[in-house]
Amino acid sequence: MARVTAETLSRKQREISVSEFFAKNRHLLGFDSLRKALLTTVKEAVDNSLDACEEAGILPEIRVELEAAKGANRYLVRVTDNGPGIVPEQAPKIFGQLLYGSKFHSLKQSRGQQGIGISAAAMYGQLTTGKPVTVESRTGPDAPAYAMQVVIDTNTNKPKAIGRRNLPDWRLDHGTLVEVELEAKYLKGRQSVEEFLHQVAVANPHVTLHYRSPNGETASWARTVERNPTAPREIKPHPHGVELGVLMKMLQSTPHKTVTQFLSRDFSRISPQLAGGLAKRAGIKAKARPNTVARQAADALYKAINDSKTRLRPPSTDCLSPIGVQELLAGLTRGVRAEFYGVETRKPAVYRGNPFQVEVGLAWGGDLAGDELAKVLRFANRVPLQYYAGSCCITKAVMDVSWRTYGLTQSRGALPSGPLIVLVHLASVWVPFSSESKVAVADYDEIRKEIKLAVQTCGRRLGQYVKRKARARSEARRREVFNLYIEEVVSSVEAITGKEQKLFRERLLAISRRKTELAGMLEEAKGPAGEDLEACENVLVVDPDAEPPAPETAVAPPVNGEDEPPEDEASGEALPAEGLEPLGDLPPPPPAEPEQDRGSQLELV
Amino acid sequence: MADPGNGAKAKNGGAPAADEAAPRFKVPARLDTRGKIEYLAKRTLAMARGEVDPYVDIPSRTLSNVAFSKRRKIIEMGDATQRRSLFNLNQARKYMQTLLIARGCCQLLDEQKTTSIRDLYYMSKHTLADGKENTFEGQEESDPIIEDLEVTLGSLREELHLFAAKRGSVVGPLTLVDAGDVIDLSRMGSGGWSVPGIVEPETIRFVGHGAKFILLVEKEAVWARLNEDKFWKRHNCILVTGQGQPPRGVRRLLYRMTHELDLPLYVFVDNDPWGYYIHSVVKQGSIGLAFESKRMAVPKARFIGLSSFDPAAYDLSEDVSIRLNDQDRSRAKEILNYEWFKAKAWQKEITNMLRAGVKWELEALSSKGLSFVTEVFLPKKIADRDWL
Repeated sequence: MARVTAETLSRKQREISVSEFFAKNRHLLGFDSLRKALLTTVKEAVDNSLDACEEAGILPEIRVELEAAKGANRYLVRVTDNGPGIVPEQAPKIFGQLLYGSKFHSLKQSRGQQGIGISAAAMYGQLTTGKPVTVESRTGPDAPAYAMQVVIDTNTNKPKAIGRRNLPDWRLDHGTLVEVELEAKYLKGRQSVEEFLHQVAVANPHVTLHYRSPNGETASWARTVERNPTAPREIKPHPHGVELGVLMKMLQSTPHKTVTQFLSRDFSRISPQLAGGLAKRAGIKAKARPNTVARQAADALYKAINDSKTRLRPPSTDCLSPIGVQELLAGLTRGVRAEFYGVETRKPAVYRGNPFQVEVGLAWGGDLAGDELAKVLRFANRVPLQYYAGSCCITKAVMDVSWRTYGLTQSRGALPSGPLIVLVHLASVWVPFSSESKVAVADYDEIRKEIKLAVQTCGRRLGQYVKRKARARSEARRREVFNLYIEEVVSSVEAITGKEQKLFRERLLAISRRKTELAGMLEEAKGPAGEDLEACENVLVVDPDAEPPAPETAVAPPVNGEDEPPEDEASGEALPAEGLEPLGDLPPPPPAEPEQDRGSQLELV
Repeated sequence: MADPGNGAKAKNGGAPAADEAAPRFKVPARLDTRGKIEYLAKRTLAMARGEVDPYVDIPSRTLSNVAFSKRRKIIEMGDATQRRSLFNLNQARKYMQTLLIARGCCQLLDEQKTTSIRDLYYMSKHTLADGKENTFEGQEESDPIIEDLEVTLGSLREELHLFAAKRGSVVGPLTLVDAGDVIDLSRMGSGGWSVPGIVEPETIRFVGHGAKFILLVEKEAVWARLNEDKFWKRHNCILVTGQGQPPRGVRRLLYRMTHELDLPLYVFVDNDPWGYYIHSVVKQGSIGLAFESKRMAVPKARFIGLSSFDPAAYDLSEDVSIRLNDQDRSRAKEILNYEWFKAKAWQKEITNMLRAGVKWELEALSSKGLSFVTEVFLPKKIADRDWL
């Protein structure tokens, strides 16, 4: 009797698990407000597209279109890429199954990590609108393009493809289009889709982006770098980066037959001898089958690995693919009209066994507003982070720096103020996000220190530039004063001598010119750091008086745009409750209506 | 002076090396005033021609460049100069002003006119080409430049055809000729005879007197009290006030009266550091105008009061004393260190004031009765020869 009840219960639980998972974790997944839901959906689709293109060695060209759909707060998000396409059999899993992906168990720098993103967006769309996600794709010029809808079956929680058909005249040779209808809210300004795309453009100069807003405004960012970033190499996890739970999971799922084989082959930096030693210290037989290792023994093994006596070489760092100095400059200059650009790429470092690398770019002056706090653009594996700035390790590290040293103003415990943008990119095989929605980097000392060092290096160069500029200004002021007084001196001498003294005036003006130039040069020679800014490849200075090039974009989002107040963590509008009802209670599918130009009829199982 | 560059170097820290090496600028004394001004202009032209930053060397009118001559008992100016260059941001404005003042004086000389230093300020003031700055922002800016020019050229103010606004009054048994008018200073009513800015023999001549001494009073109000009580008549004295620190006209007049009429001079000032210093300026000369000491200082002048010991001796009520403030105290300590205050009596006098912690104004004497000062205090002080 009890058994039957338990089984019934368990089935019931499973039926609602996906929707429940969603309801409970929507804030972690980035769907906790209508506005954020739109951004998260775009972001996940764009991340997927970029990862796919780069893996396939294709220079990405991505089109993002937002449309207002029928009904209040309903929007259509359509993202098209020129990537390798998806074979029809895989499409349902990619877009309809949570935690499906090739990335979770591999340690490689990529945008997505857990395989939650796009399927969560599809799930959200289906939950809030009842509409399935539409996929169109083509894997090559010889393969036919196809279209299908992916529906998540509420009974089995399995994805299902419906309405699959070929598309005879698809526009691209290869690529993928994904279209999600969802309940959302479209606003411009900070934390908007526009801002997100703009920042993607800054950190990914090899990407061409096209955008159309729900109001029909368009924007484009053409690529300024003609090659993809170096493909990152996949590495095995470093023992120090693995937690006990993960270690136990790995013990269960390893294909290797013995514990020593498991240790030396599934991890990096463990030799067979060391593996034997670790097993011995943990009291495990070297030949023991990994899946027979009990919890306590696993704990002992975990302790042996993290014991201070265990000396391990740090993980190899060639698995990282930083943006690069020239690329970062190219990205900054196409996204931000400033006067001074400075970038710095640090050498790779390690936190908890995970390799990571920090890059920093500064943009100063030009069109940037001078009376506001500096803006911090945060990126993890080239993906912009737009929420939870205050709790992010990156923001804290930027605040740690004493910007006054570099000629900027800064209140205690605040960001500096001035016409400044600070870009920080953290590349890692495993970015330690503080939540699953991947919006803020957790605070690790090693990471914070690296960021601070990179910011300081850029800051010193900026300070040098700012000070030099101030010197030039003061020289100009000096000359003005001298020349003003020279007129008085000349007219006095003329009055006393009773003669016009043209030559005298010329001579004095010449001395004035020489004096102010000479003074400038003397100061220059004594400049700080001794680094020659002109020769430094990490620095780009744009003549502020030069003619601005024709704007590339029609609705380039304002860098310091303030159309809408930022949506605060706490104050964001909550998703309406009906949007999160269990799948079983979904409203009946909407009455059939012609789907604009796609013609296919939706059918929900 | 062994190394003429030294003085300039010491005062001029920031000037470029090239300028320090440049020779010291000295206007030849043999030239007349017009010639001296022209020399200044021509040197400036020559410097520009030689691609040298134009400068003038101005004898320093500072404490470090004066010395007290024990023999002559006056303050004399040393040889140190301060360089003022056009191409030094801290000096450029003053350099420009120096030439503007020279130009103004040149014009006065050419037109054979004499005017007040206030007039010269207005003659030289105008807005610069940038429309923001004036050549002089106030007379307090032009007055020191005039004094700089006096010492640089070695020309007295009257030689530059300038005089200060007149200040100071005299009354007493003295007859003089002022610009041709015979004036009897014992018939001047309540206001007295006002002392002109220039009192050189060409303008002022003494005819006769019946005085036994001269009394210089710091405060005009006390002078008026003494005049109303006809103190000068009873004691046969010439009663002078400079209304505070006596202007050059009054000082020069005191010098001439003591020398030409052979009269003693008593100085009657508030008992505070500023009063002490007024007395010392009359007696030994001032730091700022040390170059004029030999024409103005009266070493035989006597300090008759108020002494810091007087209040006790004359039983003045503490009610009419004033507490010394921080400024008074620091000024008193400064004065204590001046060479010409090193005499034991003076050290005692000032230390006593500091110890008491209070100062006394001349008017404090009125607390003993309106005419206490004329009927009791001064007669007794003179009779007792109670002075410094």
